[in-house]
Amino acid sequence: MAEFVQLLFAGLTTGAVYALVALGFTLIFQASEVVNFAQGEFVMLGGMVTVFAYNAGVPLPLAALLAVVVAAATGTLLHSLAIAPAKGATVVTLIIVTIGASILIRGLAQIIFDKQFHALPAFSGDEPLRVFGAAILPQSLWVLGGSGTIVLGLWLFMERTLLGKAVRATAANRLAAELVGIDTRLVLTLAFAVSAAIGAVGGILVTPITLTSYAVGTLLALKGFAAAMLGGIGNPVGAVVGGLVLGLLEAFAAGWISSTYKDGVAFLVILLVLFALPQGLLGRAAVGRV
Amino acid sequence: MRPGTFSKLAILGTLLLVLAVVPLVLPSPFHLRVATLVWINATAALGLALLIGLAGQVSLGHAGFMGIGAYATALGPKHLGLDPLSSMALGIFAAALLALLVGRPILRLKGHYLAVATLGLGILVHLVIVSEVPVTGGPDGIQLPHVELLGRRVTGPELWYWITGTGVVLAAWLALNLEDSSTGRALRALHDSEIAASVVGVDVARHKLVVFVIAAVYAALAGGLFALFNRFVTPDVAGFLRSIELVTMVVIGGMGSILGAVVGAALLTVLPQALTVFHEYEHAVLGLLIVLFMVFLRQGIVPGLAGRVVRRRSA
Amino acid sequence: MSLLEARGLSIAFGGVRALEQVGFTVDRGEVLAIIGPNGAGKTTLFNVVTGLYRAHGGEVRLDGRDVTGLPPHALAARGLARTFQNLEIFFRMSALENVMVGRHLKERRRLGAELLGLPSVLRENRESRARSRDLLAFVGLEERADEPATGLPYGALKRLEIARALACEPRILMLDEPAAGCNPVETEEIDRLIAAIARQGVAVVLVEHDMRLVMRISDRVLVLDQGRRLAEGTPSQVRSDPRVIDAYLGRHGVAAAHAA
Ligand SMILES: Nc1ncnc2c1ncn2[C@@H]1O[C@H](COP(=O)(O)OP(=O)(O)OP(=O)(O)O)[C@@H](O)[C@H]1O
Ligand SMILES: [Mg+2]
Repeated sequence: MAEFVQLLFAGLTTGAVYALVALGFTLIFQASEVVNFAQGEFVMLGGMVTVFAYNAGVPLPLAALLAVVVAAATGTLLHSLAIAPAKGATVVTLIIVTIGASILIRGLAQIIFDKQFHALPAFSGDEPLRVFGAAILPQSLWVLGGSGTIVLGLWLFMERTLLGKAVRATAANRLAAELVGIDTRLVLTLAFAVSAAIGAVGGILVTPITLTSYAVGTLLALKGFAAAMLGGIGNPVGAVVGGLVLGLLEAFAAGWISSTYKDGVAFLVILLVLFALPQGLLGRAAVGRV
Repeated sequence: MRPGTFSKLAILGTLLLVLAVVPLVLPSPFHLRVATLVWINATAALGLALLIGLAGQVSLGHAGFMGIGAYATALGPKHLGLDPLSSMALGIFAAALLALLVGRPILRLKGHYLAVATLGLGILVHLVIVSEVPVTGGPDGIQLPHVELLGRRVTGPELWYWITGTGVVLAAWLALNLEDSSTGRALRALHDSEIAASVVGVDVARHKLVVFVIAAVYAALAGGLFALFNRFVTPDVAGFLRSIELVTMVVIGGMGSILGAVVGAALLTVLPQALTVFHEYEHAVLGLLIVLFMVFLRQGIVPGLAGRVVRRRSA
Repeated sequence: MSLLEARGLSIAFGGVRALEQVGFTVDRGEVLAIIGPNGAGKTTLFNVVTGLYRAHGGEVRLDGRDVTGLPPHALAARGLARTFQNLEIFFRMSALENVMVGRHLKERRRLGAELLGLPSVLRENRESRARSRDLLAFVGLEERADEPATGLPYGALKRLEIARALACEPRILMLDEPAAGCNPVETEEIDRLIAAIARQGVAVVLVEHDMRLVMRISDRVLVLDQGRRLAEGTPSQVRSDPRVIDAYLGRHGVAAAHAA
């Protein structure tokens, strides 16, 4: 029991971060049909900027805020300098653009920061909580609570605000959205900024547990992408479910089978799922129309 | 003739000319080694150009096949007592077999689903290579013996330059022949419309599988050549970044252009060597260049420049 | 036994019953027109018969043999060819190459020979090219053979699809609105083409909204409405059928139908 709970929490914690990355993917994909492989770099920026600001004496909450702002600004720049000018390019070309951007961001981070691993203090102490005999880090609760809040907030934003509706309209039909007077360029910029901010928050929350460095973004992007596809791309609920499922699978595979192939679980699972369900878990099968 | 392409003979002639001129202009062993790496990468890129450019199917895990070729070549002598050349043949066969087995379910997927599935395949291959330390040597890599042919050692940068150079010309020749054939037309057709291709009788799934296997064979061959030439391989040959480099070579050179794949391979092989002078800034500059190329020369270097020349002439 | 026979075909998309128990037969040299209002299920019927959609019920027989559920390429191999209402052109290719792809089943593909570019492959390429040029001439596009398909106007693309389908040397040709968006001159041209194709013994199934064209060249007309068979008969029977006038033709359509 204790082991099960331990693995459950470990899985949910990493899963929550994957879910945030996948959610960022989904948001950008919905608005622009671009799969943004630089998504992991926002998570990296969230962690690294907070670490360096905090070490320079900025109070932690302020440092975190600064990190979110930096990531959102980077997301905006990414859109206006690389994605928008490549408008109309093929899927493969856009993938290469975002991967190029991620290499660039990582390269800059390596120059501006350094190549070391860095930690942050846990937000509310390191004293583990005892749950059914398992030791749960309070920071895990921060990650889960924070991610839950973001998902809820994003949902409210999309459903209840005019801007959120504009985003959904743009996702559904760009041309029609433009015709009814929606500034789709603004919507796209917003999607990039928001999904960067979401990624950054994930990075800040998880750094006290996993540490961070300039290079953590790549694997996170790949797994977040896998999670988004697992759920069926373009489906926010699917992204969250996909992220959590991946995190849990990894944790239990590492705990019960072997930790050597922990990083492979995500990809093995996605291959098997796609072989059985070519549209992802929650994706709808559309009949190609001619 | 398609816009932005040149005739078969012109392309092969250009390649042969470059092949002959490089050793005259840059005879130092260092330059010949870099050029050899260009030919090896170009071989892998050519296969991928058929898959991505001709048939329109993405693979973000193609380095996995390169890794299989390279590691089979390295492991055969060590564990099976085979000579490196037959090991390489075995590796190519293994890569083809893997492609054949996973190709059908993978290639049913479209767009981003295909991208993530091939990505996963590549990462799994890489992970096996990294993790099975007793067999593969793990992250530290593995050493190879010299190749012996007719009792003589195959060694020296010049010799390998010619071997790999001949290889790439042959690979390009085969690819050009394929383009100009029934299968090639079917592949280009399904790139544009799988539905229309299928109603004129193209077995879409089978053709995708064929080109996937061909691309895997090209990559495994390149991996094997790399192992033989370098006599040392690390899991990096199969890594995600290598897969991305290969796709970038194809896209930067110009999707669907055989010459483009070679130009792209040259650029992405030479560039990092040249960028080492920037030390710290190497990655940032590489990323920046990739973005700039993709934004400003979206069609790729070869079709992009060819288009410009044609426009200027007709203007 | 008819050349092509569809029986009791049904399919639904979500709640929309696009086809309910629809069937038809067509024979060598015959022209069968399928008409009906927008959304009646005409294109869906084509998609089911050519294997693009899987019917939820019913069967398709070719030469009396059950071919229900076969993939499109297998049906093509048995002599079924079609064009598309919304154009499915290979836009990265020239007009000629588009038609050459239609020769796919007539070409012997041996991968080894193709990779080596053996003389047999080159000979076959030449043959396909020559045949395809003839077909382009047949549809009046010989002048534009080497142009990229992207540059061709809409009417030309419609005819290009016909040439591509003919390159399969089909026994049954299914045309989905071949004259849509064409001017009167082009429509006349298509009229002539269809008649010539049927004369060669090909069974033609035609979906068309141009009533003049339909009435002039069809032997029989099947009328669909909301996924169901509304009427079937000779052109003159159909155009005077009150249910057809009510559901589809209207007064204007009747005039056009009689003008033919
Ligand atoms: N792939 C699909 N997915 C969902 N609904 C479909 C699909 N294909 C057809 N339909 C629906 O089935 C019905 C019949 O459509 P179909 O295209 O066959 O009509 P049609 O008779 O060809 O009309 P038109 O004259 O406008 O071409 C319509 O309600 C259409 O929306
Ligand atoms: Mg229709």
